[in-house]
Amino acid sequence: MSKFLPLAEAVSNNLRSGDAAAFEGFTHLIPTAAAHEAIRQGFKELTLIRMTPDLIYDQMVGMGMARKMVFSYAGNPGVGLLRRTRDTVENGWPHPIEIEEYSHAAIANAYEAGAAGLPVAIFRGYHGLGLGEVNPNIKSVTCPFTGEMLAAVPSVRPDVTFIHAQKANKRGDVLIEGIIGIQKEAVLAAKRAVVTVEEVVDNFDDLHPNLTILPHWTVDAISVVPGGAHPSYTHGYYGRDNASYLEWDKVSADRDRFREWMHKHVIEATPEDFAARVEGLRRTA
Amino acid sequence: MIDKTPDPGFTPREMMTIAASRALKNEDVCFVGIGAPSAACNIARLTHAPDITLIYESGTLGTAPDILPLSIGDPELCETALTTVSVPEMFRYWLQGGHITIGFLGAAQLDKFGNINTTVIGDYRKPKTRLPGAGGAPEIATSAQEIYITMAQSKRGMVEKIDFYTSFGHGEGGDHRQRLGIRTKGPTRLITDLAIWKPHPVTKEFTVVSMHPGVTRDMVQETCGWEVAFADALEETPSPTELELTTLRALQERTAAAHQRTGTAG
Repeated sequence: MSKFLPLAEAVSNNLRSGDAAAFEGFTHLIPTAAAHEAIRQGFKELTLIRMTPDLIYDQMVGMGMARKMVFSYAGNPGVGLLRRTRDTVENGWPHPIEIEEYSHAAIANAYEAGAAGLPVAIFRGYHGLGLGEVNPNIKSVTCPFTGEMLAAVPSVRPDVTFIHAQKANKRGDVLIEGIIGIQKEAVLAAKRAVVTVEEVVDNFDDLHPNLTILPHWTVDAISVVPGGAHPSYTHGYYGRDNASYLEWDKVSADRDRFREWMHKHVIEATPEDFAARVEGLRRTA
Repeated sequence: MIDKTPDPGFTPREMMTIAASRALKNEDVCFVGIGAPSAACNIARLTHAPDITLIYESGTLGTAPDILPLSIGDPELCETALTTVSVPEMFRYWLQGGHITIGFLGAAQLDKFGNINTTVIGDYRKPKTRLPGAGGAPEIATSAQEIYITMAQSKRGMVEKIDFYTSFGHGEGGDHRQRLGIRTKGPTRLITDLAIWKPHPVTKEFTVVSMHPGVTRDMVQETCGWEVAFADALEETPSPTELELTTLRALQERTAAAHQRTGTAG
């Protein structure tokens, strides 16, 4: 049952060191504010799961919070590589982490299987590929009806999933629209779910009947954090801060500069700082 | 390019994008990779293929962006799409379900059989360079009915043996796809900044079938890490038309202007 909580409390109530945690968002609605709160609270030994671990996992990995990363595309979207992630994989800084790597189709299927309460996801893929040789969790099964060899991966069932969404109503039902990504599956697959939202409205009475809604009883905590997806965007609220993605490429290139930046913009910052970061990106439309 | 050649009025990169765009048909349903493929697909839509369906892996179906997206999930893609579906639906129903006619991919490293590496340079456990990884490409490469690849030529990018098999092309060549039970055609075209290549009908090795204006066989060989095969009936790629060039340049100008706009970066 969802509870409206300040972000610090929503995170501390639902995340523990050693958890398998998913901070999901597919380019859109990335839960940056929640990730920064987790960084401030200093969790360790996390298994970080995400299709596209962009800036927030680069930051968490660089801060030494991860034991393992499960992913399908570790890039800075539209810019290039993730330099903190590269530093741990190539040089073991600040410490080595375990890598469990898939394709998008595999993790999308694995979240869906998790949401469906299944132990395994089955799909057509991975024929003749290198990932099957380096990831022992990529296996195959034979279709009992046709004999076709299909790929099988374990379902993803995080201890906790964090997402950002447009809005909640007063009861705590959550609306997601635009590029909806994998968030619904990631929430339903997890034991616990925390949602940050741009705003709370009285009710959803006038909305289209087929929108993506997470009922209040699927969510454990909701925090209102305007701008909480910055530097990604929230459809209908503010645009993507492309300059910040470019800036991250420079900040993350150097270990000292990275730590300095994290101290100033994360450790010493608060969830309330996000609103000002998106002020210039809000639309008049 | 070589300084002595007279200015043809377009750059090799513009020629690549335009040659790649011409490969697409109005009735295609195209799964678009980011970067060079995205530019080519949108030029096709803005010139000879106005009804082409462009799909990005973020779930945007039938998108018609006015500017090129920086990422596969930019707001522009969703705002101009016919509809936007979830990521699992995209990969399960639309791609695996067999609705995609062309998968258009780029490559960090490519071999002569169209196998692609976007995972690591060097050894997987101790990589020289860790690249972003697979993304959607492996299943695009096997589930789309055919694959076009576009990339600028270089000895570093076009190699005899790739360091990691991220996405399957024709494997070791010949009928390797069929032997693995893959039912789709795989790479049928490679468009570079110098030439258009097609796989040999039997060996499946990429063969140059058309060189862009002003390009020589030596130039193609010098920028490619394997021994290049040329077709007997080698053609010259037609130069970009006025419409193609002005459309491409206008798109790039709009894109650059839009991407400079930003907020108060925190």
